[in-house]
Amino acid sequence: MSEEQIRSLERQFDERIARDEKIEPKDWMPEKYRKTHIRQMSQHAHSEIVGMLPEGNWITRAPSLRRKVALLAKVQDEAGHGLYLYSATETLGISRDEMYEQLHTGKAKYSSIFNYPTVTWADMGAVGWLVDGAAIINQVPLCNTSYGPYARAMIRVCKEESFHQRQGFEIMMKLANGSPEQKELAQDALNRWWWPSLMMLGPTDAESVHTEQSMKWKLKRKSNDDLRQQFIDQTVPQAELIGLTIPDPDLKWNEERGSYDFGDINWDEFWQVVKGHGPCNKERMKARIGAWEEGEWIRDAAMAHAKKKQERKQKQAV
Amino acid sequence: MKENLYNYILGIADNSLILGQRLGELCGHGPTLETDIACTNISLDLFGQVRSYFQYAAKIAGDKRTEDDIAMLRKEREYKNVLLVEQPNTNFAYTIGRQFLFDAYHLAFLAELQKSTDLTLSAIANKCIKEVSYHERFSSDWVKRLGDGTEESNQKMQEAINDLWTYTDELFHQTEADKVMVSEGVGVDVTKLKLNYYKRVNDLLQVADLEIPESKYFQKGGKEGVHTEHLGYLLSELQYMQRAYPNMEW
Repeated sequence: MSEEQIRSLERQFDERIARDEKIEPKDWMPEKYRKTHIRQMSQHAHSEIVGMLPEGNWITRAPSLRRKVALLAKVQDEAGHGLYLYSATETLGISRDEMYEQLHTGKAKYSSIFNYPTVTWADMGAVGWLVDGAAIINQVPLCNTSYGPYARAMIRVCKEESFHQRQGFEIMMKLANGSPEQKELAQDALNRWWWPSLMMLGPTDAESVHTEQSMKWKLKRKSNDDLRQQFIDQTVPQAELIGLTIPDPDLKWNEERGSYDFGDINWDEFWQVVKGHGPCNKERMKARIGAWEEGEWIRDAAMAHAKKKQERKQKQAV
Repeated sequence: MKENLYNYILGIADNSLILGQRLGELCGHGPTLETDIACTNISLDLFGQVRSYFQYAAKIAGDKRTEDDIAMLRKEREYKNVLLVEQPNTNFAYTIGRQFLFDAYHLAFLAELQKSTDLTLSAIANKCIKEVSYHERFSSDWVKRLGDGTEESNQKMQEAINDLWTYTDELFHQTEADKVMVSEGVGVDVTKLKLNYYKRVNDLLQVADLEIPESKYFQKGGKEGVHTEHLGYLLSELQYMQRAYPNMEW
């Protein structure tokens, strides 16, 4: 294909996106578009799968049968999101095994928030309320993103995430209205998860490398800083409602901006965790790689059985 | 309170409780995403069943006790599950072997419990049997896959079946409460399920290219609350929050 032809295709492609048309797997797309989507969608899928670990940590110790069932269902939803997103990413010409390989070798990233430990039951509330809350803010705009399979996956994912967020808030509310000991658990969890949740919305706009191109492709609709502000403005009144204190002495309503001003984020901590040196980076990767390696003989068995079954069927047919 | 009925319900529900708890340990660590989701699903079904049984038991007890008190605040000797379901997730072959050896029993048991003169139990059985027939399909398919798969998987599956075999006979023991319940038409006479159970299991093992264990030595005691050493650790996780923070709502 000549350069002129490619430029013409690119022009048509950009126009389709501008008209809000969806790009489908068999459509022509620029190589960079494909690569960027593989990177973002697989990262999203990996986050769902790694995200199962900190919450899975409390399934056996959930305080009541009702909470145990809800937590199991929630973690199972995350697995479903992972499956859904891996499948959507496969439409771009990469296999699930290849994506796993990228996760296990550290080539692909996942959301850094899951490198923090869940140390008490209240963390199940805080993760649902804050982490899923921040995720929704990130993800709702993706329901209108340009790549069809991703946009459709996100519609379902967002519905379930918003249920998870309410569930998390309900756990926190119950604790905050409970005994002094329970309230302390809730406040402690908020203290530990607040800042990492703010970091979850990504580096400041000045430091964010992918924003401009992603905006054009509707992979991103608002900047990280705008999303962060939206998250804070939405969450502060919720904390007040249940009598918990946001651990930020500089947090103050700014009448003029119609938003909350907030204190400095410790970006050194953010980069430390992103670069692999958070509290649980090693444990999370060990768990994922361990499950994959321990699963090898099982996957081999399933393939061998399927092959034998096929051969037996063919023999019978003859 | 109807002591025998209460104990009878606990005897049924504890199997689901302990097996559900074991499967819950695996969530997020499955060999593939699909099996991870399936095992979590089975765990969810089992806990759903537990809630139906324990809510009914709490009603029969007629005091302030709740489903959670029954699930999480008994002592080790008061749990009545069979030894089979408390065995650890040594590897996927053990998880699948344990599941199939229990599912084959569970399915036959629920088919009979549907005929119970106790309408609540019969209704619960009616709901559970749909779930359990899926569990049995899942676990028996995997026994076949692993047995018929590679040399390694065949060995692992065989080892799991050999080790778990010793816990199968207990499924067909009757406690005193069981006998009373059977005589009243409420309970299931499990002794009558034994023949068909071993037929079903042996048939599957054959199809799966696995040997039927010849051992005639069996372990029992779970139904009387005498468990293997594994149960204590499982209970310490199950009960942790209720013990550490007593008398609170969650």
